[in-house]
Amino acid sequence: MNYEDFIKNAPRWPYPVNYGKENEVNCDVLVLGGGIAGCWAAIGAARKGVKVALVDKGATVSSGAGGAGVDHWHCVVTNPASKISPEEFTQALLDSRSGWRNGIAAYITSQDSYDCLLEIEKMGMKIRDSDDEFKGAEFRDEKTKLLFAYDYTAKYCARVWGSYVKEALHKECRRLGVKIYDHVFVSSLLSAGGKQGARVIGATGVSSRTGEFYVFKGKASVISMYFPQRQWIFSTEIRGLTYSHRTPNLTGDGHSLAWKAGVTLAGVESSSPGGAGPYGYPQYGTGNANNTWYACTIVDANGKEIPWVDRDGNILKSVSERYRPAAGQKFFLSGGGEGGDHRYQGPRMLPVKGMAEFGGAARGRPGAPEVKMVEAEMPLYADLPSMPAQERRVIFGLMIAQEGKTLIPIYRTYTQAGFDPDKDLLQGYTMGAMPKWRQSGGGGVIAGGGPITDWNLMTSLDGLFAAGGQIFFNGDHAYAAATGRYAGTRAADYAAAASAPATNRKQVEAEKARVYAPVKRKNGVEWKELNAGVCKVMQDYCGDVKSEEVLKLGLKWFEEIEAGEAASATARNPHELVRVLEVFNIITNGQMIMEGCRARKASNTALGFIRSDYPEVNPPEWQKWVTIKQDQGKVKTGELALDYHGDVKKNYKAHSGKRS
Amino acid sequence: MAKEDVRMFPNMVTPNDPVIFNEEVCNGCNNCVEHCVMDILMPNPEKGEPPIILYPDECWYDGVCVKSCPLWQKGAITLNHPMNQRVRWKRKATGKHYRIGMPNPPKPNNKPPVGGWDAKA
Repeated sequence: MNYEDFIKNAPRWPYPVNYGKENEVNCDVLVLGGGIAGCWAAIGAARKGVKVALVDKGATVSSGAGGAGVDHWHCVVTNPASKISPEEFTQALLDSRSGWRNGIAAYITSQDSYDCLLEIEKMGMKIRDSDDEFKGAEFRDEKTKLLFAYDYTAKYCARVWGSYVKEALHKECRRLGVKIYDHVFVSSLLSAGGKQGARVIGATGVSSRTGEFYVFKGKASVISMYFPQRQWIFSTEIRGLTYSHRTPNLTGDGHSLAWKAGVTLAGVESSSPGGAGPYGYPQYGTGNANNTWYACTIVDANGKEIPWVDRDGNILKSVSERYRPAAGQKFFLSGGGEGGDHRYQGPRMLPVKGMAEFGGAARGRPGAPEVKMVEAEMPLYADLPSMPAQERRVIFGLMIAQEGKTLIPIYRTYTQAGFDPDKDLLQGYTMGAMPKWRQSGGGGVIAGGGPITDWNLMTSLDGLFAAGGQIFFNGDHAYAAATGRYAGTRAADYAAAASAPATNRKQVEAEKARVYAPVKRKNGVEWKELNAGVCKVMQDYCGDVKSEEVLKLGLKWFEEIEAGEAASATARNPHELVRVLEVFNIITNGQMIMEGCRARKASNTALGFIRSDYPEVNPPEWQKWVTIKQDQGKVKTGELALDYHGDVKKNYKAHSGKRS
Repeated sequence: MAKEDVRMFPNMVTPNDPVIFNEEVCNGCNNCVEHCVMDILMPNPEKGEPPIILYPDECWYDGVCVKSCPLWQKGAITLNHPMNQRVRWKRKATGKHYRIGMPNPPKPNNKPPVGGWDAKA
């Protein structure tokens, strides 16, 4: 007898439990996932006067990949102080990754990001230095009082007060009459006739508090969930679930739903763990010089400064130069452009010998030019005190406070413990060399693979739209906002012309049987052990180097686990039930990722994809998106030109619904 | 001497205490329960009492519970990084080393972030 069975008087579950009780919800536009993209989709649709329902597994007021806050609002190239056009910027985004990027989402965001920023200001989020704390600062536009990050010349990325971004969005959703269903896990998509590949007409869900069942019927649906976390790494023991860069709630449910419904996906073979690794530190909470900390001076143990260079390797003499394009360069991309493309490369700190992982510039993909390294005595520190006063204040007082998961965890906790950015050097830590699946990275600006869409942001399935981190190779916060808003308006238009959905009872019943099985069993595996076991399969069979044999073995183990441990998984309350169902999705996503890996029979540097059985790197015939989908349970592969987005200006004009 | 009241317990879940409630200040409003995206807090069956941290192992330390608390600045709820997440720093002028959670911490730095704790448009 184990301890849990022995304890008879455990406290009662605080919510009334009603497994299987059915709630039916009817709407025009059904939004699945209430993060940044989902809230904007709901807002975009509701403004068109249609009936909107929004479903979220957590609490819409704070959930989602960008739910904890935002400090950089990217791609505001249409703001009055910007020096670049949306076309120019989109081209740079594409070029800097040699075309391996979602051109549709990149252009929509370049066009609409600034409009979204102005709208969120109206919803209550602070976007300007209205108190004039930074009057005269190099990064401030005096006319608009907007503050900019990275390239102070081109001014395309705004610094914002985004800690309460979800509160603002949540309030606006409610003001517009969006019906919000919190703590409801979306378990499946419903399709016309219950058939894979048919029009999507709604979804099913289960409450993680009451265990009740939901049947959502929508004329159009938007999936806006993030790409899978907890796929390769899972342990709550080391530091809770905090190693995930995004909420660990984000188990790629949308990917799993889409894959099962027959949606076409691209780029999933590039999936990687993301997050800071189980041995990392609080995000943005250690001394460094990248993104939120850009471009903080780093010193070694003796106080020696690590030099910065421009794209051509010229040593920069002042802090100010770290925020300016090189001679003859119009603008640089934040982070220097991920592909190390000389045209968009920004200033960077020289990497330190033995700490090659430390600086973004040194992380170098295979084939990236060799960079000079400098000697330094460990450990290294972020030297905020030496930074010009306004830079110091904006880095620690604004960016670190507002980034997301930082206001309380970093700013409040550190300052209360006595940390003073005017006086103290915050230590940085190295990761050292380790297998890719254990590294930090992934996540960030470029999301992983996922559903492909057309210029209406509709997936390959009729009636199903996608937005945010759900779409393949999309970006982060601003991209989620812009594509969410866009998808919501397109979905509303679709719904206005669409017939009422009729659900297939057999499909609903089959889903109910699947969903509630874990609460009817006893003595099986619980969700945490199952999650860790599934991750082990990913580590062992979908690691750094892939091959047909290894991937096929991985699929075999997943099939076995599905019929074995997963089929015995148990849950003792609705919370555990949803956690079990999440792990089922992690298994499905593992299968999907492995199928995506099998479909690309070539190694590829841009995707960080290595196959031992196809070692030739970047063969020209494989410079294309490889797509996968399920059709009557069978995996079908396809392909798509890298630049399938076509003429972005023309297509945006034809589809965006903007009158200008 | 009275016999010690010793019970059987399984090991505690790690991390132990991701958030700390001050029972004197917390009024049991459960705002934090409704804001937590991981849903790790359960309302206390006794009205007016702090929530129960049922799933400390699922905490991802976003601090949303603290932000959502109307009494957080009075200390009703504090985020508590686990020991292995407590970073270190060095005071530039003195070369003295510090860490979060040290026994004799330096004085708190009470400067609020740019725009205050609750910056809105």
